[in-house]
Amino acid sequence: MNGFLHFVKKETLHILRDRRTMLVVLLMPVVQILLFGFAISTEVNNIDFFAVAPNRTEAVRQQLERMEANPYFTFKGYIDQRRIDYVLRSGQAAAVVVFAENYDQLIEGVAVASLDEAAVQFVLDASNPNNAGTHLVYLQSSFQSAGSVTAMAPAVRVLYNPQMKSSYNFVPGIMGLIFILICAMMTSVSIVREKESGTMEVLLVSPVRPMWIILAKMIPYFLLSCMGLVVILLLAHFVLGVPMSGSIVGLVGLSLLYLLLSLALGLFISTIAHTQVVAIIISGMLLMLPVIMLSGMLFPVENMPGILQVLSCIVPARWYIEAVRKLMIAGLSLSAVWQECCILFAMTVVLVGVALKKFNDKLE
Amino acid sequence: MSDIIISVKDLCKCFGSFTAVDHITFDVERGEIFGFLGANGAGKTTAMRMLCGLSYPTSGSGTVAGFDVMTQGEQIKRHIGYMSQKFSLYDDLTVRENIRLYAGIYGLNRYETLRRTVAVLNRLRFRSEADTLVGSLPLGWKQKLAFSVATLHRPEVVFLDEPTGGVDPVTRRQFWEMIYEAAAGGTTVFVTTHYMDEAEYCSRVSIMVDGKIEALGSPIELKKQYRAESMDEVFRFLARGAKRSG
Repeated sequence: MNGFLHFVKKETLHILRDRRTMLVVLLMPVVQILLFGFAISTEVNNIDFFAVAPNRTEAVRQQLERMEANPYFTFKGYIDQRRIDYVLRSGQAAAVVVFAENYDQLIEGVAVASLDEAAVQFVLDASNPNNAGTHLVYLQSSFQSAGSVTAMAPAVRVLYNPQMKSSYNFVPGIMGLIFILICAMMTSVSIVREKESGTMEVLLVSPVRPMWIILAKMIPYFLLSCMGLVVILLLAHFVLGVPMSGSIVGLVGLSLLYLLLSLALGLFISTIAHTQVVAIIISGMLLMLPVIMLSGMLFPVENMPGILQVLSCIVPARWYIEAVRKLMIAGLSLSAVWQECCILFAMTVVLVGVALKKFNDKLE
Repeated sequence: MSDIIISVKDLCKCFGSFTAVDHITFDVERGEIFGFLGANGAGKTTAMRMLCGLSYPTSGSGTVAGFDVMTQGEQIKRHIGYMSQKFSLYDDLTVRENIRLYAGIYGLNRYETLRRTVAVLNRLRFRSEADTLVGSLPLGWKQKLAFSVATLHRPEVVFLDEPTGGVDPVTRRQFWEMIYEAAAGGTTVFVTTHYMDEAEYCSRVSIMVDGKIEALGSPIELKKQYRAESMDEVFRFLARGAKRSG
């Protein structure tokens, strides 16, 4: 046991002496939270649009004024029908709103619209389909709120994230990513480093059990990740204004489980990799990419092709991020995420088992 | 028989169909400096790993410090020291921290740790370097420190795997003085080396070729047996027949 404490101290010294790594580990959560929270967002703040209106009637003007008052839209002026293609191509606008000649009569229901004759038409630049989709929804809603285009405008209420802020969406994703990075990547690299430098052999010849050597390695990284967790939660709440309406205890408990899982992953990688570079590549390719692409952090799992949806089930981050969203943003209690917890727990048990088995085999 | 510290009989290690160590048999007496020679790939390191309890023999038997290599690997580890081919201290820890770490691993108490740390520092004339990071020391110093650390807990046997690789002649001499000191203190030294002049310093040597021990005896005996001037000639004569060479 005495030896064990010496090991923990030694690992801590390794981390403290390696200033660059320390800095990366401590600053990464902060930078990522700020980047995703402010710079990178899927929200659309400014839609430039032109209007085509053969008759600039009172109703048309009113509609355009309403839109101009909306901070999301910038009205750039009237243009001729033939210039629609040009303004979109040249990037002067993201959308063009075309009012029908008999707009007034159509919205008042005097004239009956035929199939190919609508009161209003949106022409959108869909070279970025994600943005175009969002623009369309905004445009539609701006007309709906006027109660004009469709007779039955549904009243929409968006729950939990009423302003549809993307930072709400990113924070759980960043948590899923950073813990994988710190725990899995850094532990595996630190174990493989000892293999490379030859010190691992000396440790294995010593009476200290391999299990304790590994455990001692994990403890400082575990503590470091816990610090990261605190920093992320504080930043998310006080800087980005993420609500944290659910159970904080549940959130922390779930995160600790996920940390354990990441550590087991790191141990597993260290048994496969023989050099630090390989360890980094494996954790980068096998962990980072799936976490970013398949976990639902950026792209909703439900929209993926079937095979990727199946694949995403084995990405631990998917379940963690889903559960964190429920806890943090929807404000549910821990009992609402028991399914995710069970899956994560089962994954942890399996991974720890496999990693330990492989680790012991490798000693042979 | 009480003075036999390592006893090996028909020890084998196979990896699949490859026999790395092929029925080796030898004894080492307490306090001896036993040279374990062989070309690269001859099976030296594999044999040594089995004696250290790092890998299980495929067949055969052996004891180290009175413990069975098949079943009592954990007890063996308590009674031996080991210095690997690669430099085996931590570059980002200071001299003192490295010593303290290994003292802790072998369960020395606080008083003993302090006493032996001072002894090592004095012996190596390292007192002014106690709080220097090991990474910034010259290689020769590092190797001497690594040897002191490997024998810090006064093991019955210390295994040295090519300890003087890449070290200058002066430091190598100093290193061997330390080995003699340890042996005089009762520690058995089991050393692999590539340098044939070092083989001459050993009490007895064994020469491995293709997994088998081809020659065993004191340097004088071996030179007489093979009618050679030096160990270098003996070694070259034996290694000529090797099929697997590094």
